Amino acid sequence: MSKKRRFKTSLGDQFLRLVTFLMAFSVLVLMAWMGWQMFDAARPSIHTFGFGFITSRVWDPVKEQFGALPFIYGTLMTSLLALLLAAPIGLGVAIFLNEMAESKFRAVIGFLVEMLAAIPSVVYGLWGIFVLAPWLRETVEPGLAKWLGFVPLFQGTPVGFGMLAGGLILAMMILPTIAAISREVMASVPNMQREAALALGATKWEMIKVAVLPYAKTGIMGGIMLGLGRALGETMAVTMVIGNRPDILPSLFAPAYSMAAVIANEFTEATYDLYLSALVEVGFILFGITLVLNFLARLLVWSVARGPKGGNLV
Amino acid sequence: MKEYIRKYKNWLMLSIFVAATIIALVPLFGVLGYVLKNGLGALNIQFFTNLPKAMGLSGGGMANAIVGTLIMVLIASLIGIPVGILAGIYLTEYDRHSWFSTAVRFATDVLTGIPSIIVGIVIYTAVVLKMGNFSALAGGLALAIIMIPLIIRSTEEMLKLVSHSIREAGYALGISKGKTILKIVLPTAAKGIITGAMLAIARVSGETAPLLFTALGNQYWARSLNEPIASLPVQIFQYATSPYKEWHQLAWAGSLVLILMIIIINLAARFAFRSRHS
Repeated sequence: MSKKRRFKTSLGDQFLRLVTFLMAFSVLVLMAWMGWQMFDAARPSIHTFGFGFITSRVWDPVKEQFGALPFIYGTLMTSLLALLLAAPIGLGVAIFLNEMAESKFRAVIGFLVEMLAAIPSVVYGLWGIFVLAPWLRETVEPGLAKWLGFVPLFQGTPVGFGMLAGGLILAMMILPTIAAISREVMASVPNMQREAALALGATKWEMIKVAVLPYAKTGIMGGIMLGLGRALGETMAVTMVIGNRPDILPSLFAPAYSMAAVIANEFTEATYDLYLSALVEVGFILFGITLVLNFLARLLVWSVARGPKGGNLV
Repeated sequence: MKEYIRKYKNWLMLSIFVAATIIALVPLFGVLGYVLKNGLGALNIQFFTNLPKAMGLSGGGMANAIVGTLIMVLIASLIGIPVGILAGIYLTEYDRHSWFSTAVRFATDVLTGIPSIIVGIVIYTAVVLKMGNFSALAGGLALAIIMIPLIIRSTEEMLKLVSHSIREAGYALGISKGKTILKIVLPTAAKGIITGAMLAIARVSGETAPLLFTALGNQYWARSLNEPIASLPVQIFQYATSPYKEWHQLAWAGSLVLILMIIIINLAARFAFRSRHS
């Protein structure tokens, strides 16, 4: 009798193990399947345009000419701008929260920064259309043109809707990512490091500079790359403020277009197969870029957060 | 003299970090402030009970979009939560260190970083084109794909907090591994897992991009799950980019409702189930 019972439970055991295994396995399947689906749907476009797809700047659905360069340019410019703004600020937030703030204060500010990430992209976009863009057009862009107008980046008519607006909104959206990851890796720096620096008479900033930052450097780089990945793929907010014009202009004030934005705007309007396929290929390129970026970023973050090499200090 | 410079530098750098934190919080209050100001003015009972009116007419509501969002988030949860929790169980209880679980963990992390619009494209080519129409099911499926990696990670983190001695106590009583997991380990971590699931729900309820060409949107009530369906985020997008003032106001009101929904879920997840973490 006892034999029979044991057999029953072990069958249930094996079943649970199998089911959970299949679910875990499905993540790998899902990723491969997503890549394949996109590649498959992009094939007609890849066949027709080949490598020229990413070097051509002509995007003309009427003449069946598709080149993705303007979108790649717009995506890269806005994302880089966002990174330039968000990386130092995000790092500053992380240092403040991790090294300076009292624990109660830390919880509140930490929660607020997380809320910044919880606001939906489309709400940022709405705010961008009615608050940010008019402000840029009337105050910021004329000011920049006046003082820094000798740089091509700040020339041209202030429109409000353009790469500057896109970059600014992206900066707000990726800041929480950069702050959160930097904080996580800084928290994994062993306290002994800090105490050693302080014991040698370092000021707080010197302690952060010599004991915390070098230690967390790799992980912070990873966090910044994750932020970049988010910026590259962010869709709605950028679509709503970037101006949606497939041009390559040097000025940050000029309307531009991003990869995700062209997909969002034109996907349901693609009237023939090649058009749709070209849009999927834009998505496929975006998928490839973010995949590689995330892959590298996770490697960096993992190498720090998962296995701190603090042991050799003790 | 040198001492003086060092102290000054210390003070300067620390002030910079404080300033960075303040700058980071300005947009939060800017966005929330405007949404509150413009949204409250446009919010009324009709907003929750009426269908959208034709362009330019006032008095329309977003009842169908609110219900649509709830329906699709429900579909996504029904798929995403079980898959995520089961996969999380496998990664902590059955196989923590093999190359396979490392690969799954890594893929999970990478998957969280894939732009959500990509998920929309994939579901469009795989589901919408095959079925021949946009639908609530396709939208829910897209949201589920975004949810799965989030749930796996949070489940894994929570199960890892369960101490080994609890598992060993189960085995020592002759309880099988499967029963130990289901009856002892899972209940111990339940609060944390629910918190993770709620955060994932909050996260996907604001998603717009994956719904644009899976659920599409609808000015009326959807009569079945196999029809295009409205959702709050997509409706906000369409109204915000329209030229009509009445629709802009509805977009603000919709944003207020959406943000409140998300913040409430977030707060509930964090504070109602807090006791475990502290």
